[in-house]
Amino acid sequence: MSNAAERRSRHHRRSGAERLLIGLALALAAAILVVPLLLIFAFALREGIGAYLDQILQPDTVHAIWLTVLAALVVVPINIGFGVAAAWLVSRFRFPGRQLLLTLIDIPFSVSPIVAGVAYLFLYGAQGLFGPLLEAAGIRLMFTVAAIFLVSLFVTAPFVARELIPLMQQQGTDDEEAALSLGASGWKMFWHVTLPNIRWALIYGAILCNARVMGEFGAVSVVSGAIRGKTNTLPLQISLLFNDFNVAGAFAAASTLAFIAVLTLIAKAALEAHGWRKAGAR
Amino acid sequence: MRAGGGIGGRRLLPGFGLSLGITLLYVSVIIVLPVAALLFKSASLGWDDIWRIVSSRRSLAAYGVTLGSAFIATIFNGLLGLLLAWVLVRYRFAGRRLLDALVDLPFALPTAVAGLTLVTLFSSVGWYGQVLEPLGITVNYTQAGIIIAMMFTSIPFVVRTVQPVLEDLDVDVEEAARALGATSWQVFSRVAWPAILPAFITGCVLSFARSIGEFGAVVFIAGNLPGLTEIVSLLIYIRLDEYNYPAAATLASSLLLFAFLTLLATNLLQSWQLRYVKRS
Repeated sequence: MSNAAERRSRHHRRSGAERLLIGLALALAAAILVVPLLLIFAFALREGIGAYLDQILQPDTVHAIWLTVLAALVVVPINIGFGVAAAWLVSRFRFPGRQLLLTLIDIPFSVSPIVAGVAYLFLYGAQGLFGPLLEAAGIRLMFTVAAIFLVSLFVTAPFVARELIPLMQQQGTDDEEAALSLGASGWKMFWHVTLPNIRWALIYGAILCNARVMGEFGAVSVVSGAIRGKTNTLPLQISLLFNDFNVAGAFAAASTLAFIAVLTLIAKAALEAHGWRKAGAR
Repeated sequence: MRAGGGIGGRRLLPGFGLSLGITLLYVSVIIVLPVAALLFKSASLGWDDIWRIVSSRRSLAAYGVTLGSAFIATIFNGLLGLLLAWVLVRYRFAGRRLLDALVDLPFALPTAVAGLTLVTLFSSVGWYGQVLEPLGITVNYTQAGIIIAMMFTSIPFVVRTVQPVLEDLDVDVEEAARALGATSWQVFSRVAWPAILPAFITGCVLSFARSIGEFGAVVFIAGNLPGLTEIVSLLIYIRLDEYNYPAAATLASSLLLFAFLTLLATNLLQSWQLRYVKRS
């Protein structure tokens, strides 16, 4: 692919059409992607670094940052565990219902986050399927931190699994079978053969999962109740500050998430340069 | 393909029971159960109630605004995605790697941050708004705002579906066509375009579906006026706030149904793509 493109660009001088298309792509990307990103940091730092830190250190914002980090710490490891189990199952065994399982795992990708939130409300909320049951047991899930964790688990369930499945299918089972035939136990094979083979894909999926957990808005806004200083994650806090006409505060809070987004892009590009993803695509 | 034991055969690799148990339990509890609860809730209403909710003037207006805006956003993203994929795969230029990484920004950036940024950008004193305002173009709190928010959040889909197909495409065929006297446009429309069409449509379907479901970015920039700039997701949210649970469940189920249709469509498109690859 790139060979051919390089060969061509060496042999031909850039045509007018080529220059036009490259220019157009760069101009549109600058207007649509770069300018908005710059605006976030420009507005966050508009009144100086001192004012910026003041905004970030507002107790409600600090609590929102903490809750967002906590959600990621809870959700990402669980969905890594699920992703590995699901990928192992789907890529190593054939069984009836396998295709259906793959489709079910994909549901959170295609469902609107608002729908995800509403679904959980109708499961655990007072009006929900298990509502009366939970109430009788004295358990309240909706509008608590636990509800935020649950919808975040739903929304990001496919991320790791979806990265691992194609890679593990393509890698095949030869290495693992060799380890077993040499007398390794199942766990030993997993730690020393499977895990090293999939580690980059695993990290890649975990990074995407983390970005989505930290940024989830729709689903969380339905089930959290957005109680200030209690169940407000960063995206909800941004919306709250904006509705209070506190633009500086909103952009200060937003800059933390934008910073994480930039880190995500850098990590993603670095992993892709590492090469495993190209292999997965082929 | 060799798998660890076929159906009925001895399974060579360990962990079938464990991974099956974990996966089934997790998928049931985290994914299937809530979705079933939602469908159960709206199924407990009669057809008359469902029809009344879905066909109310406010609901119909919300469906119209959502579908219409998503459609326009998708057309734009189709064109932009095609341009970006083509330029990224076919040309080598300074900043290409950076551009490639930047394409994913809308996926990495939380939608609330995107919404806050767009509404600030297009406000009458914003960087873009102060240019557009004198021209008589108002974006914030109009349908144009909804379209721009939907567009921004789903930019990567078409790029990322078309890009790998374009990379795998044999450039020799195009060079042969060119050597036989075809113009650049003919080469694109007769050789490259048919090959990337299934991927292009898949990207457009994904982009459209994402736009239909987008909430975070849209609520910041849309005026959220019933009948004019109110999207379905927001109407669901409002119905919940009003404790109108049957309406919220029914509207949410309609979006869920739409998501299932999208899944079906992308699966069919994928098999179309595979057929094309096998044929060529």
